[in-house]
Amino acid sequence: MSPPVELKGLSTRFGQHWIHRGVDLVVPAGEVVALVGGSGSGKTTLLRQMVGLLQPAEGEVRLFGEVLSAGDRQAQLARRRRFGMLFQHGALFSALNVFANIAFPLREAGLHDEGLLRDLVLLKLTMVELGPEVALRMPAELSGGMVKRVALARALALEPELLLLDEPTAGLDPDRSAGFVRLIRALHKALGLTVILVTHDLDTLAALATRVAVLAEGRILAFGPLDEIMTVQDPFIERFFHSERSLAALARGRA
Amino acid sequence: MLRGSRPSPAIRVDGASARLDGDWTLRLLMPVLDDIRRQLPAASAGMEWDLSGVTRLDSFGALLLWRHWGRRRPAMLTLAAMQEALFTRLETLGDACLPAEQPYRFLDATAHLGRLLFGFGRHLAGFVALIGQLFLDLRHLLLGRGHWPLLEMSANFYKVGVKAMPVTALVGFLIGVVMSYLSALQLRAFGADVFIVNLLGLGIIRELGPVLVSVLVAGRSGSAMTAQLGVMRVTEEVDALTAMGISRQVRLVLPKVVALTLAMPLLTLWGSAVAILGGMVSANLQLGMSYDYFLNALPRAVPVANVFIGLAKGAIFGLLIALVACHFGLRVKPNTESLSANTTASVVSSITVVILVDAVLAIATRGIGLRYG
Repeated sequence: MSPPVELKGLSTRFGQHWIHRGVDLVVPAGEVVALVGGSGSGKTTLLRQMVGLLQPAEGEVRLFGEVLSAGDRQAQLARRRRFGMLFQHGALFSALNVFANIAFPLREAGLHDEGLLRDLVLLKLTMVELGPEVALRMPAELSGGMVKRVALARALALEPELLLLDEPTAGLDPDRSAGFVRLIRALHKALGLTVILVTHDLDTLAALATRVAVLAEGRILAFGPLDEIMTVQDPFIERFFHSERSLAALARGRA
Repeated sequence: MLRGSRPSPAIRVDGASARLDGDWTLRLLMPVLDDIRRQLPAASAGMEWDLSGVTRLDSFGALLLWRHWGRRRPAMLTLAAMQEALFTRLETLGDACLPAEQPYRFLDATAHLGRLLFGFGRHLAGFVALIGQLFLDLRHLLLGRGHWPLLEMSANFYKVGVKAMPVTALVGFLIGVVMSYLSALQLRAFGADVFIVNLLGLGIIRELGPVLVSVLVAGRSGSAMTAQLGVMRVTEEVDALTAMGISRQVRLVLPKVVALTLAMPLLTLWGSAVAILGGMVSANLQLGMSYDYFLNALPRAVPVANVFIGLAKGAIFGLLIALVACHFGLRVKPNTESLSANTTASVVSSITVVILVDAVLAIATRGIGLRYG
């Protein structure tokens, strides 16, 4: 089976400035891969390139073994429906209520049976540990943590095989973010998803990731399980993972 | 094809047992959903169900079966261990349903009407408060206790005034041509060709110029002001200003109001001038009236008081458009629906207010600048 995400010689340029030079990465199915790197190292850019929101200057992105833009409209649409993305600020449609937000991708996919739709949305809501009472609320009436949960439910609506998370725990308090991490871990186990997440938060990383990709100096510095990464000799990894704060956070996440 | 690589979902009914095969996932079920739904009734919930042949099951597939079984497990069900969790979750879902929305009753209509009325009252109060606050801030600035946002004023003036000149000229010219052409046809029937100067001069300078420019500016600059303030509300920029102790009225509202109040008379002058030029060209072509005659007759037909009335109207309309735009802009709530509703309301209200005030002014100034008889 072809890997869910494969990056080949990816290079990105903003103006005269190269963000990435020849990034190669193969994400095996069923893994939780954390993309880490300093601020401005282009983690989110890489994530956006994976889903085709940005075009790389060189190189190519393959999802499920195929180039994102290959084939006709139907094939492209079918490919896009195989992954879900959770944006950093949720990106819920502010004109639609919670129910309509989650039902939106299902309706677009051609599901018009209202009874089935209602059950599906309620099921997705219980999956992200929300009750049916929030279904009729508008996004503006939700707290930050709830927005993320609803956005996750929407990302899961089409039963994706690949889930991309951009800073899933940013802006949540420690308790909420621990809860969110537990939630994603449970979903990963239950649904057998492949997850790619971008994060700054070492707690989250230690708790979730089965593999870590370190992005620095425009390329993938190291890729492997966290314990392996910790043994790599590199000034960036030294600073990022071995400071006192980082070690404490990693220990917290593993606990 | 994508589908080829995975086994399609299938259901086999054999006597008193139903066997499921293939991937029961949303991706593979959606294309064959109608077929599956036709086949499902053949297998009742009381039969023996064997799901061990299912290669993949997601919550969509599970829910489809769950609903077919009447929301409970069939007595005889064979499951793979992986699938157990899905059905456990469906069991905990139980009969949860959406909170019911209140049905619409007759009293609701009354309440709705009441809310509309109170909403209108709040709008009025908010508008008056905005003007009041603006006056207080102006007094504060005039007493020399704060500094004038001159840079913002000039930037706004350029945006709403200078940049609006091409579109005002184009529309003004075309309206002038059309008015002149239509009235020329009528006037010639009476042999009253020369009165086209009076008609165009008075009509455009006194009425049409200011109103036409106002409508254009309300659509062009009023909506932009509302949208800008609205987005600033959404991104909390307005709150950031307040937190720094900077008055939003002074920094955001005042420059817009001053700029538009100053720019509108000039735009009116420009628009009216181009409209009269259009009328003059058309009169020349249609009636053979020379430019010399038209220009000489214009001051005699239109007393200079009309020009002042036109300019004053421009200033008043500019003031009103900017105030209405700022009022609605600062009411935007942080969602896209509110932004669009307030922008629409801003344009519609400012055009309505302009026309209402124009009617009032037309009556109030009926003794000025018009020769009767």
